[in-house]
Amino acid sequence: MTKSSPSVAAGSHPIVEVKDVSITFPGVKALDRVSFRLLPGEVHALMGENGAGKSTLIKALTGVYEIDSGSILIDGRERHLTGTASAQEAGISTVYQEINLCPNLSVGENVMLGHEVRGWAGIDWRRTHAEARTVLARMELGHLDPRAPLSSLSIAMQQLVAISRAMVTDSKVLILDEPTSSLDANEVEVLFGVVRRLRDQGVAILFISHFLDQVYAIADRITVLRNGQLVGEFLVQDLDRTQLISKMIGKDFESLKALGSTRQKDMRDRSTTPLLAAAGLGRKGAIDPTDVEVHAGEVVGFAGLLGSGRTELARLLAGADKADSGAITVKGEKAGIGSPVAGLAHGIAYSTENRRDDGIVADLSVRENIMLALQARRGWMRRVPAKEVDKLVQTYMQRFGVRPNDPDRPIGLLSGGNQQKVLLGRWLATGPDLLLLDEPTRGIDVGAKADIQETVAELAEGGMGVVFISSELEEVVRLSERIVILKDHRKIGEVVNGPEVSAQSVVSIIAAESEELAEQAAQELASSDSTTTDTTTTDTTNADSASDGRDS
Amino acid sequence: MNRFKAALRTPWFGALLAIVVLLAVNTIKDPGYLAIGTNQTTGMMSGNLLDILRISAPIIMISLGMTFVIATEGIDLSVGSMMAIGGAVAMQTLSSINQPSSVTAMLTAIGLALLLAFVLGTVNGILVAVVGLQPFITTLVMMMAARGIARVITGGQNTNARNGPFNQLATGQILGIPTGFVLAIGIVVLVALLMRRTALGLMIESIGINPHASRLAGIRPRPILIAVYALAAVLAAIGGLFTVAEVMTVNPSSTGNLMELDAILAVVIGGTSLAGGKFSILGSTAGALLIATLNKTVVFLGVPSAATPAFKGVVIIILVLLQSDRVRSLLKRRTKSPTTPSTPTAELESQEALA
Repeated sequence: MTKSSPSVAAGSHPIVEVKDVSITFPGVKALDRVSFRLLPGEVHALMGENGAGKSTLIKALTGVYEIDSGSILIDGRERHLTGTASAQEAGISTVYQEINLCPNLSVGENVMLGHEVRGWAGIDWRRTHAEARTVLARMELGHLDPRAPLSSLSIAMQQLVAISRAMVTDSKVLILDEPTSSLDANEVEVLFGVVRRLRDQGVAILFISHFLDQVYAIADRITVLRNGQLVGEFLVQDLDRTQLISKMIGKDFESLKALGSTRQKDMRDRSTTPLLAAAGLGRKGAIDPTDVEVHAGEVVGFAGLLGSGRTELARLLAGADKADSGAITVKGEKAGIGSPVAGLAHGIAYSTENRRDDGIVADLSVRENIMLALQARRGWMRRVPAKEVDKLVQTYMQRFGVRPNDPDRPIGLLSGGNQQKVLLGRWLATGPDLLLLDEPTRGIDVGAKADIQETVAELAEGGMGVVFISSELEEVVRLSERIVILKDHRKIGEVVNGPEVSAQSVVSIIAAESEELAEQAAQELASSDSTTTDTTTTDTTNADSASDGRDS
Repeated sequence: MNRFKAALRTPWFGALLAIVVLLAVNTIKDPGYLAIGTNQTTGMMSGNLLDILRISAPIIMISLGMTFVIATEGIDLSVGSMMAIGGAVAMQTLSSINQPSSVTAMLTAIGLALLLAFVLGTVNGILVAVVGLQPFITTLVMMMAARGIARVITGGQNTNARNGPFNQLATGQILGIPTGFVLAIGIVVLVALLMRRTALGLMIESIGINPHASRLAGIRPRPILIAVYALAAVLAAIGGLFTVAEVMTVNPSSTGNLMELDAILAVVIGGTSLAGGKFSILGSTAGALLIATLNKTVVFLGVPSAATPAFKGVVIIILVLLQSDRVRSLLKRRTKSPTTPSTPTAELESQEALA
């Protein structure tokens, strides 16, 4: 933790001032009269969940999107930004998550690209490289050889070269969009060293990251966005992690507490063989080795912020990505799940969080989308008979109330909620034992959301194991019997759901600054819960109240 | 009326319409163009229409194979060279067996030709699906390599052979219709059944539309991609057999030369998008027939051979323009409300439709 620098004087003049900016896309208000200011010599974190408007705001600042109303003032002058070039000219440089450099050019060429020093016969490479060395030295990267190929550097060093490149033009504003997502802890420290140095030189830095700890380590102020609207601007010391998270997910403490009172009692017998058990399952850069179990008839929630590893873990369980450590056992037998085909063969279906890119096959009809996974299971030669397809299609379209009720309509023309229902039909048609649902309710209307939650509860009652992932913690808490809590690509705890567990208690575990605190918080919950968790008796009244709780 | 409108919207309708227009132009030049007569000496039917069907057989074959490759968001530039492979292997085999009336010789020649094409097509498929090379590069290399192999097979020479049954493939008739065309249509029907009666067609489309979603749904893309490239090569070799059977000679440098372009055009005219996805076998066949008609028309109208490619280009660009959504919406706006200026929103919509 750094102290927030006192140099951020209240009176200092903002270098960037965004006033009442709105940006509308067809059907969505991406930014709704958002105001925001960035002071010289500060690190300012921009926080928000998916769809909060962070990237839209960045794109407005870099001139990628035109603003519909409002104004952007840079250094006190109103600017009309028309593209990256005009943003750069205004003194705003951006470094994106994916490094936008040419690996086959030298470090110096990358740094100076477009700003090469010209001599009497074209580019003077000697002076260009010398200039590159000066720029790198300003970042304390003087030890890098400007003539070395960029590809010879580590990813972290490349990230720093990208920042150097952004600073060639003496930018007054540097936007860092998820710069640390592929760096390890030491590399992050090196990067932060450079960021602090730039801050001390008076550069205004806008920092976007999903890692809470990093935000608290580097930021001076935090602006929170939610659903395209400004929630507020806070000094880092005035906003603790719990408050930050509740601002991001949009529930105040009172409503979080209120939710806690409707919690179901845990009553599951966990001594039996689990449906699926993963031991030490991990993948470098995605999720640290993790143990997790799912029993038949149980809903297990994965809770964590975006980028916490919740999706990555689900993808490993389903075979969508290959694990590089650990093992999975299905119904007590070792299972090699290295591909979605293998996952489906073991009765594991995975519904992706990215419905449009990884879920629907847009130009195919609803009918074809429903039968796709089942057809893949049967192989290309044995076409699923038309009668069987019709029956499946009718069953699932009716059960979920897909609108319009036309199985021959291309799925791409349906609304998000209806697409999601069709996809649920696709996975259920394969008759899975375990259903992994990653953000099944994202971006769909309230009615469809309730339908899907109800379905999840029904499926679990019917004996299916369900893993439920959602950014909306109260949804996870309402549906799940057990909650696996993830943070920064690690499982930091697991709580058995009960009346004492609420979205807020999950938030407090996530927000706990260190691992020990998280464990402590989880243990406190566990011990207060122990009377119900450690006994394995099932009692019918509890079971009834449990299902009531789930359906509500 | 409704059915007519629906037919109007199908992409292959444009191809059929263009064929009719070309035939009409030819008929205006020579009122007897469409006449079909009987040759007194051989008893065979003859006429321009039958000629068109005869020369369409190889184009139908390569277009059919190309359809599935394009549906997977790929491209196969090597089909022209595969025609040369098919022709070269067949001619070389027939000339070394040298039994002018042997059906066995013909079957051996066909079998060997298709086998080699299958092997080379599988190589294409493996390079694309397993190694992960770009289809464009992979098949560009194969285009050069396969033509080289064809030259090696014939020793760099034109190879002639005599074999009655094989010659009949191109010059024979079944109920007055050229044998080659009948066989080609038969193969089209077989392949269409293979695609639509099994789930192969659906899986090809699914991979072409959204490879990520298809993988997560449990479709294995590799075997399907390999099969698609192998099928394209085999069908192209069959096209090569039709071509060489007509003259019973193969020129390894010119047989099938640039035919890959005709195949791509036929597929696009037939309504299969180069972006992959939904394919239309009927459309590609109609497109192939259009190309054949165009080839014949160019000769018939006496377009100087130097200007032939330009003429073909003009006809095809007109057809493709008429199929583009943006041009269609422009035409519609013109015809419906000539006074309404184009609004920015309408512009935006048409851009979205294109995207």
